[in-house]
Amino acid sequence: MPIERVDPELVEFDLRSDEMLINMGPQHPSTHGVLRLVLRTDGEAVADLTPNIGYLHRCAEKIGENLTPRMFVPYTDRLDYLASMNMNLGWALAVEKLLGFVPCQRLRHLRVLVCELDRIASHLVAAGCYGLDLGSFTPFVWCFREREKILILFEELCGARLTYSYIAPGGVMADLPQGWLKHCDEFLTQFEPVINDLHATLTSNAIFIRRTADIGLLSAEMAADYGCTGPVLRGSGVDWDLRRDGEAIYTRMYEGYQWEVIAQVNGQYPQDYPYPAVPKEAVLGDCWHRFYVRMLEVVQSMKLCRQAIEKYSQTSEVLSEPIKLRQKLTQGTAYLETEAPKGQMGFMLVSDGTPVPWRVRIRSSSFCNLSVSAELCRGCLIADVPAVIGSLDIVLGEIDR
Amino acid sequence: MQFTDIHQQLSARFGPAILRAEPQAIDPWIELAGGELTEICRFLRDEPALQFNMLNCITGVDYFEPDAKKAAAVAWQPHLEVLYHLSSLVRKHRLVLMVSLPRWQDDVPGRLPELPSVASVWKTADWHEREVFDLMGVQFVGHPDLTRILLPEDWLGHPLRKDYRPPHDYHGIARRTANAD
Repeated sequence: MPIERVDPELVEFDLRSDEMLINMGPQHPSTHGVLRLVLRTDGEAVADLTPNIGYLHRCAEKIGENLTPRMFVPYTDRLDYLASMNMNLGWALAVEKLLGFVPCQRLRHLRVLVCELDRIASHLVAAGCYGLDLGSFTPFVWCFREREKILILFEELCGARLTYSYIAPGGVMADLPQGWLKHCDEFLTQFEPVINDLHATLTSNAIFIRRTADIGLLSAEMAADYGCTGPVLRGSGVDWDLRRDGEAIYTRMYEGYQWEVIAQVNGQYPQDYPYPAVPKEAVLGDCWHRFYVRMLEVVQSMKLCRQAIEKYSQTSEVLSEPIKLRQKLTQGTAYLETEAPKGQMGFMLVSDGTPVPWRVRIRSSSFCNLSVSAELCRGCLIADVPAVIGSLDIVLGEIDR
Repeated sequence: MQFTDIHQQLSARFGPAILRAEPQAIDPWIELAGGELTEICRFLRDEPALQFNMLNCITGVDYFEPDAKKAAAVAWQPHLEVLYHLSSLVRKHRLVLMVSLPRWQDDVPGRLPELPSVASVWKTADWHEREVFDLMGVQFVGHPDLTRILLPEDWLGHPLRKDYRPPHDYHGIARRTANAD
């Protein structure tokens, strides 16, 4: 929102007050981690915003060039620690792309199942925390209650609640335990009505709409220009999802699945499910739309999970073992991006033929999504800064690497 | 559009600045001369048949072997490579550009090699170039604000260089030296 558009009723006098420099963070609760925002404020309006990152830099890329790909899997957990399964998958597929490995059907469906379940967990945190940022406590507790059930499922699966290290290059650490699919199915059945509760308390809540609609407008061109991806890009009406539009090695995983890419195309969102209506205050590309896209993606992920359970049950192959700890890599360079919950997560390996990569590169989705924040916050009110930053759904572990 | 078509278009337009292409690689890439990088990137973005409207990633790779014994066995001369991964959300195609640089400008250790900035073409490049500058030590000429992004402003050296040695202390915080070098 440019500075002229600040509501004149809120900024009462047209007097220039002295500009002030304000630090938000790195311990500010609404910056979702150790992010420091330096605001140059002009009264209640933000004249300029500079994100200051690097507080969680752990040299992930440097570590990557000293370890074999199998040993690097636990480090990928710690990038986007709210969606570790998807981080594992991105790394595993990048290594598999380098090695030319083709996964079997059972492995494919298993990976879809756990990754989509993880996407639900990640979007629940995003939605719940976003409500909390804007002063709504109840949906936060509901979201974390549901997420807890997913974490318990994952704990049963691999013993860890956050840092799974479950998907490894060439396979997974172990096949599903007995009865797990039934637990997963039970979870999905009881979770479905909760989505409507969240819609009632957030999506179509009048206060929530006033806090998010027409705030932080991001045009489709600007989103592409800044490299924004995931729900941030789709919230601006760009019909682009790597699960459908990505490289063959990734889209092959989702072959045969029925689902929709959530984006407003020709003024309409997909109508495959009774979603709540878009309020008239909301403008395409604002905070509300980015939130809405995430909520709708949760439903799509549920659909994908159900199909994956069915498809997985029909296979009876034995899962392949992950690659050896010191497997020799093919000489060459492979870069692959996957659709993680927060956007396109890219991993690159440069290999000289030894088991240890020569160079590892991690392209972080939140890194690019955050870079647009300065543009979005320019001219908005200080109180809207958490609304904009929260709608980008960033995780600092991934930004700082 | 197929990789070979893109390569032909670029060669027809920019001729000598397009050094070579590797269509057989896992991710096919085109090597460019650094000088005309900005113009080539602007062409890739604006040409209606190409429309590379998104820059996904900029990567620096250091080809240098500090171990003298191993250095004798490698096939390349020490150099830096900067890779640009582009994609088009409209045309749904991808491209990798590669620029080769000396490790130091004029072979004077400490003088960073220079490359034109593409931050004026894609805004993504702003932060990505800062990161490559910070960790790999490439000077992007024409960048609006080329400062360190992940490391503190007063950090010395560029840690992703293969011959980087971490400092023994930083503002009085001593480094643990279990693997002393």
